[in-house]
Amino acid sequence: MAQIQGWDIDVRGDDGLGLPPGKGTVKQGEEIYLSQCASCHGEFGEGNGRWPELMGGNGTLTSDDPRKTVGSYWPYAPTLFDYVRRTMPFTAPQSLSNDEVYAVTAYILHLNDLLPADAELDAAGLKAIRLPNRDGFIAEDPRPDTKSASEPCMRGCRTAPPRITSDLAERLGVTPTRTPKD
Amino acid sequence: MAIDDRNEVARQVAAMRVAAPPLRSSRRGLLAGVGAAAATAGLLHPRLALAKGGENLPPNVPEWTRMLGAGVSEKPYGNPSPFEKHVVRRNVEWLTATEQSSVSFTPLPDLEGIVTPSGLCFERHHAGVPEIDPQQHRLIIHGMVDRPLIFTMDDLVRFPSVSRILFLECPANGGMEWKGAQMNGCQFTHGMVHCCEWTGVKLSTLLAEAGVRPEAKWMLVEGADGAVMTRSIPLAKAMDDCIVCYAQNGERIRPEQGYPVRLMVPGWEGNVNVKWLRRIKLGDRPWQHREETSKYTDLMPDGKARQFTFVLDANSVVTFPCPEKPLKFGKGFYEIRGLAWSGRGRIKRVDVSLDGGDNWQSAQLQEPVLSQALTRFRLPWTWDGAPALVQSRAIDESGYVQPTIDQLRAVRGVNSIYHKNAQQTWRVNPDGTVNNVQIL
Repeated sequence: MAQIQGWDIDVRGDDGLGLPPGKGTVKQGEEIYLSQCASCHGEFGEGNGRWPELMGGNGTLTSDDPRKTVGSYWPYAPTLFDYVRRTMPFTAPQSLSNDEVYAVTAYILHLNDLLPADAELDAAGLKAIRLPNRDGFIAEDPRPDTKSASEPCMRGCRTAPPRITSDLAERLGVTPTRTPKD
Repeated sequence: MAIDDRNEVARQVAAMRVAAPPLRSSRRGLLAGVGAAAATAGLLHPRLALAKGGENLPPNVPEWTRMLGAGVSEKPYGNPSPFEKHVVRRNVEWLTATEQSSVSFTPLPDLEGIVTPSGLCFERHHAGVPEIDPQQHRLIIHGMVDRPLIFTMDDLVRFPSVSRILFLECPANGGMEWKGAQMNGCQFTHGMVHCCEWTGVKLSTLLAEAGVRPEAKWMLVEGADGAVMTRSIPLAKAMDDCIVCYAQNGERIRPEQGYPVRLMVPGWEGNVNVKWLRRIKLGDRPWQHREETSKYTDLMPDGKARQFTFVLDANSVVTFPCPEKPLKFGKGFYEIRGLAWSGRGRIKRVDVSLDGGDNWQSAQLQEPVLSQALTRFRLPWTWDGAPALVQSRAIDESGYVQPTIDQLRAVRGVNSIYHKNAQQTWRVNPDGTVNNVQIL
């Protein structure tokens, strides 16, 4: 039905099912990206303040400060096309053509060293890209994952007196005040 | 009521209105700033009078007793008292880049009972709150079905309906506390949860209309806001208890909560309860979309991330005392109050400790104790003025015991962001103030 087609925009991540016809180059993507994306995500996808970074972060997932980007964390490349098409640019979602979305997708993949600078991307090319963290996910939920006695202790449960390990909240000054917002 | 009777009532009401204006207009004039000199006339706004010092206290007759109040047509849709202006959702400005993709928090310390007022339910959205004309909204069900369908809002309301009181919690609730106590307020440590009565049509009813094909195992649900947010949900959950809801606490859903229609997925993380629901597509496996890969996955210390961690494990928090609600009467009697909830069913028991987990007492649970709903607990306490470490520990009907923060960290590290349901510790200081701390 034509009515359904207008809203049927999903692209499946693992096999690219639903990718539309079209194509775009890294070079075209760079132009669109610089005018429509860079103000939030940075010229090279490095992010800007609390706006998400899109590149780098490889090898940080086990560190104290994991950086979760397209290159370091995302498992599937077609997901990037799906996400950009459905909701980017942030202030004008669904304003890009399919060719433009392919181009922006190509540029972001290029920023992550996953496409050469002279590349052109289409559905087949996007499906063929294997992201580095492809096998980084566990689909089975292992919870509950904390063990407790079936009858929790009620009296004299501690072996040592409680020791306060963190009491900065009062002094950090990051908690909003109670003043009404009006 | 006969027409004549109605006319008689109308005449009486009209007569009252004729009698009322002199008082009303003088009060209005005063409030509009006509004359501060009239402040002694006894027509002051109650708050001003109280601020001056108790003219309305006994034995005086309060000003509101000596005047007419507002008529029935003044507020066709009522608001809270102006004295409750502090009871509002609040956001944490430094947390997100923009208020359109952000979160506000339910003021849990100011609330009683288990039902959250609709206007105080925390908000989480990814592209702002859309203003949707229900006449132009549609819900599409398609994919691996025999008959693709497009429903109008009238269609949805026409189906057999069901109501449930359900909590809804963002899996990032408490997520700012993984590495240490950071937010000195219960609203911000636990306020990404609310509990409302939700009314709609069971999703299984709609899917039966469409005819589920045997190869369908998952569904993609999608919102109509600018984020066009999507999540994949196993079809077994859809057939079990999901509800396509159009009403919240008796009235149509608030815009912030998904007007005109949202999905409720009982006991599962808030993000899958897609608001502004416009499309459900059935398929044979998950879609691996951004919100279930890049976000809403739980990074473990070994660098692997858990995916599709849907269920919300048991959680609880003491809402009095807490940093926003200190013990302000010195030593003596207080009632400890709090909330507990579990995505796995009913709360079976809540224990409260006053000494950092050495000794525990079971709290009283307020009936009704409902599956996958907030449960109110209470414990009488006579405070001796000494420092105390107040904690609560929820146990649900599956036997799951709410863990300590170090139990959680031992398994998951500190970078998994989501599903932090550790026992909360409030430190009560000798002056009655209360702080958020973590203990070992």
